[in-house]
Amino acid sequence: MKEIPNLEYINQLSKANLELKKRLITVLKTEFPNEVKIYETNMASYHYKEAAENVHKLKHKIALLGLEKGYDITRNFEEQLKKDRNESQGEFEKILINIKIFLDKL
Amino acid sequence: MIKCIVIDDEQMAREILAAMLADVKDVELVATFPDAIEAMKFLNKNQVDLIFLDIHMPSFTGFDFVQTIKNLPQVVFVTMDENFAKDAFEYDCIVDYLVKPIQLDRFSRSIDRVFRKLNSNFKNDIQITDRVFKEKKGVSEIYVNINSRLIKIDLDTICSIQSQGDYINIKTTETNYVVHTQLKKIKEKLPVAQFLQIHRSHIINIDKIIDIQDNTVLIAKEIIPISKQNKTILMKYLNLL
Repeated sequence: MKEIPNLEYINQLSKANLELKKRLITVLKTEFPNEVKIYETNMASYHYKEAAENVHKLKHKIALLGLEKGYDITRNFEEQLKKDRNESQGEFEKILINIKIFLDKL
Repeated sequence: MIKCIVIDDEQMAREILAAMLADVKDVELVATFPDAIEAMKFLNKNQVDLIFLDIHMPSFTGFDFVQTIKNLPQVVFVTMDENFAKDAFEYDCIVDYLVKPIQLDRFSRSIDRVFRKLNSNFKNDIQITDRVFKEKKGVSEIYVNINSRLIKIDLDTICSIQSQGDYINIKTTETNYVVHTQLKKIKEKLPVAQFLQIHRSHIINIDKIIDIQDNTVLIAKEIIPISKQNKTILMKYLNLL
């Protein structure tokens, strides 16, 4: 079953501070697509080591959106990329799409 | 007020820490940096007490940072990599190691740890300052027993003290005093900031040094030998150009 991203972590952090919640979501919505874009460029150029750095950064957002299985997939994929392998690319990119859809609705 | 900065190439991570720090009394977040180089420039001109530092940054990692900066304040490493924890604590400045995403309760414990560490450093600083103050200002003379008379010697007049069997020879700018005691006993009474044993038979007043050449020190008109190990220690006392 597909995991659904959630804002539990951001809600805990911002408590009743709606302004803070809004700011964190804005940062997430801005930074996430930029990181994905850089990742895609590196993958398209087969720059796997650089892509591993991008995946590492995305891993934080995947974790803070509560995607536990997604986090495990990402961690494995990062290790693969460091070894110039990309078996989990498809699975990882499904997570990115999943997050994109979720963020677009916010 | 504890002044702190955050260094992380990920904006979301910086925002999260800023939000957490905003709720902490007595801690002021003075700046955030997306890379370590910018932070280094800031630290050249500004003093902080605490740094939240991401390990995994492109081109210049958190480890590069702690190895490069001298006299670092307390550092809390923040990272996704749990594997670095063992390496992180190799550095004295590292107070804690937080794994992202940082949980609020874990962050609170980290802040407690920072306060405890800073408080303990502060107490140590006071003790050292007290000791140096007493050594520098409190003790200015010593009384020695010569032929049943207690003779006062102004410490600033002492050039050197030499061990001679069961006696010591205190050489001052005016005269010499031969006292029945051991070198180690008088050494305990002298301020360490001013006097240094540079040889098993010699203690010198650092302020009286005229020059140092090879393995000797010239004080007044006397050439005193200095061992290689003690020379290294002596050099740390000197205001070298």
